[in-house]
Amino acid sequence: MTGRSAMAQAAAQSVATETTYREAIREAIRDALKRDERVFLMGEDVGRYGGCYAVTKGLLAEFGPERIRDTPLSESGFTGAGIGAAMGGMRPIVEVMTVNFSLLALDQILNSAATIRHMSGNQFGVPLVIRMATGAGRQLAAQHSHSLEGWYAHIPGIKVLAPATIEDARGMLWTALEDPDPVLIFEHIMLYNMTGALSPGAGPVDIDKAAVRREGEDISLITYGGSLWKALEAATALAGEGIKAEVVDLRTLRPLDDATIMASVRKTHRAIIIDEGWRSGGLAAEICTRIEEQAFWDLDAPVGRVCSEEVPIPYPRHLEEAAIPQVPKIVAAAKAALKRA
Amino acid sequence: MAAVDKPRLSRAHVLDLLKHMIRIRRFEDKCAELYTREKIRGFLHLYDGEEAVAVGVIPVLEDRDRIVATYREHGHALVRGVSMKAALAEMYGKREGCSGGRGGSMHLFDRITNFYGGNAIVGGGLPLAVGLALADQMRGEDNVTACFFGEGAVAEGEFHESVNLAALWSLPVLFVCENNRYAMGTALAISESETDIQQKAACYRMDSEAVDGMDVVAVEAAARRAVTAIRETGKPYFLECRTYRLRAHSMFDAQLYRDKAEVEAWRAKEPILRFRTWLEKNNMLHPEDLARIEAEVAAEIEAAVAFAEAAQWEPVEELTRFVYAENTA
Repeated sequence: MTGRSAMAQAAAQSVATETTYREAIREAIRDALKRDERVFLMGEDVGRYGGCYAVTKGLLAEFGPERIRDTPLSESGFTGAGIGAAMGGMRPIVEVMTVNFSLLALDQILNSAATIRHMSGNQFGVPLVIRMATGAGRQLAAQHSHSLEGWYAHIPGIKVLAPATIEDARGMLWTALEDPDPVLIFEHIMLYNMTGALSPGAGPVDIDKAAVRREGEDISLITYGGSLWKALEAATALAGEGIKAEVVDLRTLRPLDDATIMASVRKTHRAIIIDEGWRSGGLAAEICTRIEEQAFWDLDAPVGRVCSEEVPIPYPRHLEEAAIPQVPKIVAAAKAALKRA
Repeated sequence: MAAVDKPRLSRAHVLDLLKHMIRIRRFEDKCAELYTREKIRGFLHLYDGEEAVAVGVIPVLEDRDRIVATYREHGHALVRGVSMKAALAEMYGKREGCSGGRGGSMHLFDRITNFYGGNAIVGGGLPLAVGLALADQMRGEDNVTACFFGEGAVAEGEFHESVNLAALWSLPVLFVCENNRYAMGTALAISESETDIQQKAACYRMDSEAVDGMDVVAVEAAARRAVTAIRETGKPYFLECRTYRLRAHSMFDAQLYRDKAEVEAWRAKEPILRFRTWLEKNNMLHPEDLARIEAEVAAEIEAAVAFAEAAQWEPVEELTRFVYAENTA
């Protein structure tokens, strides 16, 4: 794999441990709480319940109720409080249980967090991290299955991350906490149980670059978050038919790493974007347009998109599967771009 | 240092209170004039009639305390110590403005005086105030965060979430509800099932008081009680100040929702007139004092206008600055 941080490359030489995406995030939170007394975490059920997705299990016992703070069901209130506490010198991590509930906090995220630095003429910044679970796949139906990263990536003044690997789950949080501006971290629900190796020395990673996870010459599969692993599986399937797909993990959705995207497209001349948000007006459309603006003359085919269908995510398994991006659709889109049957 | 919990009505202090209120009133008059001359643009929300609230509360706070306000915040900014020149330049949109010209009338911010805006979203500042107080509590700092909002904000969910959090977590917030009876054009009686705002604090087990917001001394006395209580207990306090907005909601408002007679009745009891009358009756204010105050205020305003007129526009090339932190060194 290319695109790993130098630190992780060196660390990879030492003994790696088997861990999960969930545990990697937990370790990142523990590490931050130990390193910096300004850091604390608040959200619904993060303490006594151990976290809706068990990410913060055990942290209340270790760090106490001031630093692992259970909140009432007040998304706007506690997200705004996180913003105020950040303005007041702390480094809070606000956990919004899922992106589905974040809409209640949207006013604070957009009209406070994203805009205070600008409105105040740079006098006040908001060094806040907001973590949210996102995505579909567990038959949780329409109100619990959104992927709204694209909406948030629309907003100047915040940064939007989508860690798709265990290394990024472990390493993005610290870098985000050091950022003087608000950073949103989206954790796909289907990744929490993912297992993988993590070197014991794994630490902070950059939050402004995309990463090429698999090299190829024939077509670029550009994606993020939970869809990364579907894209990689599609690349393996395509390789079986002699098509060498390059897989680009965006890692950061705002800012987008145009340089890495365009380098890939200039190499392969074709691109498919895989984005679990709905197709219309989604992040994939933004990336398509950037490719058209910056690499039009390098393209041999129109840029394709594999996104969620125009429907609220349904409950029954077969309909949910049909609604969101899947490996066969990615393979079909790639072959269509290559004019292969 | 604990706040003294009763006002001391020395001549110096009362003249100071009067001057603060007159200064705000004349500044707002000038803003209205500048707005009609299109020097100030966008939305402009003036504070006439409510001066006693800002002037009664804010001087009770220490420099290290924090203030969160609303889009009707010129008076709060001025009495807090935000320079009049910087405030007016901000309303002109000039780079020497207190928010770099980027915010305008509704977004006055000032780091040096711990003035956290200026907020155009009704209720939007309450969670921020909760967070500022939370930071102070977690660091063991003895600061109070004063959060000003109108009675209209009490209908927003964010009010309830914020007041609940402050009470639950025992945060040092002074919630100051400026009940001027109208949320833009909507009277309190047609928007709240319970119009006794102070009652709502009791539902959250928060200590509270309601005070005549047209009486600057009563407001100061209540603020002193409140701030003393907050510093002693660390717990939040809710102060409802019953007041009245003499001007329209903003420069666009035709005031179709209230009678002129009602406005005039309140004008007869407005805080500056009332305080002046009381001071004159008690021989604490002489004509030469008033003349001096008006002359000083007029001179300061004239200088602020000259400053704002001469101040510079930010170059358009700098448009995309201040979205993210800029790296220093």
